[in-house]
Amino acid sequence: MTIQLVRRDTASRAAMVSAPILALVLTCLTSLVLFALLGKPAGTALYALLLKPFLSWYSFSEILLKTAPLMLIAQGLAIGFRANVFNIGAEGQFIVGAICASAFPVFFPDGTFPLMLPAMIIAGAIGGMAYGCIAAGLRTRFGASEILVTLMLSLIAAQILNYLLLGPWKDPQGFNFPQTVMFPENAMLPLLFEGTRTNISLIFALIASGLAHLMMQHHFSGFQLRISGLAPRAALYAGFNGNKMIWISLALGGMAAGIAGASEVSGPLGQLQRSVSSGYGYAAIIVAYMGGLRPIGIVVSSFLISIVYIGGDNATVTAGLPVAAVEVFQGLLLAFYLLTFTLIRFRIEFTPSQSRGNT
Amino acid sequence: MSDHSPALLTLNDVSKRYGTVQANKGIDLAVRAGSIHAVLGENGAGKSSLMKMIYGVEKPDSGTINWNGTPVHLNKPSDAQALGIGMVFQHFSLFETLSVVQNVSLLVPGKQAELADKITAFGNQFGLHVDPDAMVHQLSVGERQRVEIIRCLLLDPKLLILDEPTSVLPPQSVVMLFKTLRSLQAKGMAILFISHKLDEIRELCDEATVLRRGEVTGHVDPRTQSAADLAKLMIGHEIPKLTKHNNTPAGDIALQLRGLEHPSKTRFGTSLKSLDLHLRSGQIIGIAGISGNGQQELAALISGEALCAKADMITILDQPAGRIGASQRRALGFSFVPEERLGRGAVPEMSLADNSLLTAHRQGMLQNGFIKRKVERSFTDACIADFDVRTASPENEAGALSGGNLQKFILGREIMLAPKVMLVSQPTWGVDIGAATAIRRRLLEMRDQGAAILVISEELEELFQICDILHVLSEGQLSEPLDAATTTAQDIGAYMIGATE
Repeated sequence: MTIQLVRRDTASRAAMVSAPILALVLTCLTSLVLFALLGKPAGTALYALLLKPFLSWYSFSEILLKTAPLMLIAQGLAIGFRANVFNIGAEGQFIVGAICASAFPVFFPDGTFPLMLPAMIIAGAIGGMAYGCIAAGLRTRFGASEILVTLMLSLIAAQILNYLLLGPWKDPQGFNFPQTVMFPENAMLPLLFEGTRTNISLIFALIASGLAHLMMQHHFSGFQLRISGLAPRAALYAGFNGNKMIWISLALGGMAAGIAGASEVSGPLGQLQRSVSSGYGYAAIIVAYMGGLRPIGIVVSSFLISIVYIGGDNATVTAGLPVAAVEVFQGLLLAFYLLTFTLIRFRIEFTPSQSRGNT
Repeated sequence: MSDHSPALLTLNDVSKRYGTVQANKGIDLAVRAGSIHAVLGENGAGKSSLMKMIYGVEKPDSGTINWNGTPVHLNKPSDAQALGIGMVFQHFSLFETLSVVQNVSLLVPGKQAELADKITAFGNQFGLHVDPDAMVHQLSVGERQRVEIIRCLLLDPKLLILDEPTSVLPPQSVVMLFKTLRSLQAKGMAILFISHKLDEIRELCDEATVLRRGEVTGHVDPRTQSAADLAKLMIGHEIPKLTKHNNTPAGDIALQLRGLEHPSKTRFGTSLKSLDLHLRSGQIIGIAGISGNGQQELAALISGEALCAKADMITILDQPAGRIGASQRRALGFSFVPEERLGRGAVPEMSLADNSLLTAHRQGMLQNGFIKRKVERSFTDACIADFDVRTASPENEAGALSGGNLQKFILGREIMLAPKVMLVSQPTWGVDIGAATAIRRRLLEMRDQGAAILVISEELEELFQICDILHVLSEGQLSEPLDAATTTAQDIGAYMIGATE
């Protein structure tokens, strides 16, 4: 018996919408078994993972807080992914953005610098963009794979962060903790809702989503990026500049990650810490793909992934799940999503092998 | 070899469907030993899918295949080979890095030394001369085809299937191939000869089955039919006539190649050696020759997809253009129809409207970089209407169109750019005869309006129909310019072979 994947003539819109839902259901079913095998209360765990985040206004606002950086970074990454430029190092660009933004409050801890907040956001954007552009330069000049370069630059960024926090930027009154001073009031992003930590970086992310949609669907530059990804030889045929696509992709991806980094230090953290990112740069890759690399899809997927994150934290506390189990849950979600997404585009065909004829 | 000898292979009511496409419907076919039987039809008429079923690559949905009168089930090519069916594919399946005898030994059992002797012996017997120890990548296309045929013959087939065997051969080699096939016929072998070239079939074959849109439209003796009769069976109506008047005198030089050199970057690519060419406005120049002799490289260098070593190797409308990219060349008034439609001339996953935008964005489709959907849409509508592109909507994906329809769309798009210089590579590959004639007429109209057109084509007949001047590109070298009115196919063939022998 042979099993083949046959491309469908058309992918229905209903199937596109139901794929993430089906993925979620499959993930839950598998997790129930998994949690039960671990000897944990499976029902409680799922409840904590998926429902509890919605049961209080505060935990819901925490979802929104996590949604903002994921959405912003994923929008930037998706632009590159659609052009087949694989920026895997948003984590590093995020850290560099956070460092650049932190320079202002670190050097003006009393808040005497005018326009502190705009300067931080712009510095974060430029820092992240410049860091992404290193990979673009190496790719266009020497043909170095941007996948490897961005990934390795992330490790370097983490070391630069360590150096600064253990040395020159360490808070003198910080009991030797690797962190900077607490930022002054004028270095903090305004909150969206009183009593929560959700700040206007969510607005940044939504604006970025709108701009990304405008660019990819209605602007020629987005069209060129899409062609470069779908049919590189058609891009060459039409004379689209391949190097320009690489620069745009990495610059925008880096910029978005940089702004997200700046927003994190001037938002929930209020200082530069070692754990500034908590893996946003990598999670955003999942977010981008779960959103189908479409700006509107990413708005939804960033929200879904942050539910899972917040729920994961809940589950480790209430159901006593090990952190690894939560990570497995997140991994399952991505794997099932990719599976269902494949089945939208392809159908499985079984061909039973017949008995041989009278040859 | 009487007409009443029993049929070796018969097909009864065979049908095959791929998704929504009915490739074959109720096909009856009988091939007798000692007969050269033509399967005639246009591209997409269902010839290839029929052969795949006979050779065991695909299984029919319904109907039976009989061998010597008994039904057989062919699940894989080795089943067909076991019966004594051999097939020579249009696109060869040889390993270029291996020698002839090594390639043969992959399929045919026996020691290499013995096989080498057999190859030489068969070569002498049937006029299929080829050196058993030569590396395949050194061989010409005609020689490679001989290797394929010999490899089939060594398996001692009773039925030999040849899929469009002459499409890759210069005229002289066609004559040799026909001689070979007749001597095989004389030994009692049955031959299925697949082609869309009417004259060849009338010359070679003693029976013909004509297919149109997956159905048999006639079983005839091609020797007694005129080409027009066969064409009528094949396309359902008579072939439209095309007349080439050249009233307008050629104008200034619009495209010039001067000592164009290009070393091949890959081992099996072709290096271009000092090409010179002058194309004037109001003129069509044809580049004849078999694909693989530098055609792809030349097209990429002229289009700007690849850059030349020096800027003045290519001049477009008096501008040195060898070092500028495809987009800037288009801005000079150049347009290009490439031989590959999917993935190069068009993006299969995108709508026709978006595929207009690919190269026609200079036609007022952009405002501050934003896409004006109305302009894009009206351009696409006009292209679909003017060039008879059969599609339900301009929003349909390009990949959903048939090859011929997509070619009409791409050609239409490039013509609507109103280029002063145009390069068209294989304009009618996979296009039915009616549409091919329409395409050629369009090119002639453009020439009459003063455009300079360079056509790269494998189809000699086509080049003679539309070109004023011909060059032959063989092994990366361009022949001197030949006046199309006074040159014969045999002359062109001599240039095709000339570079090698």
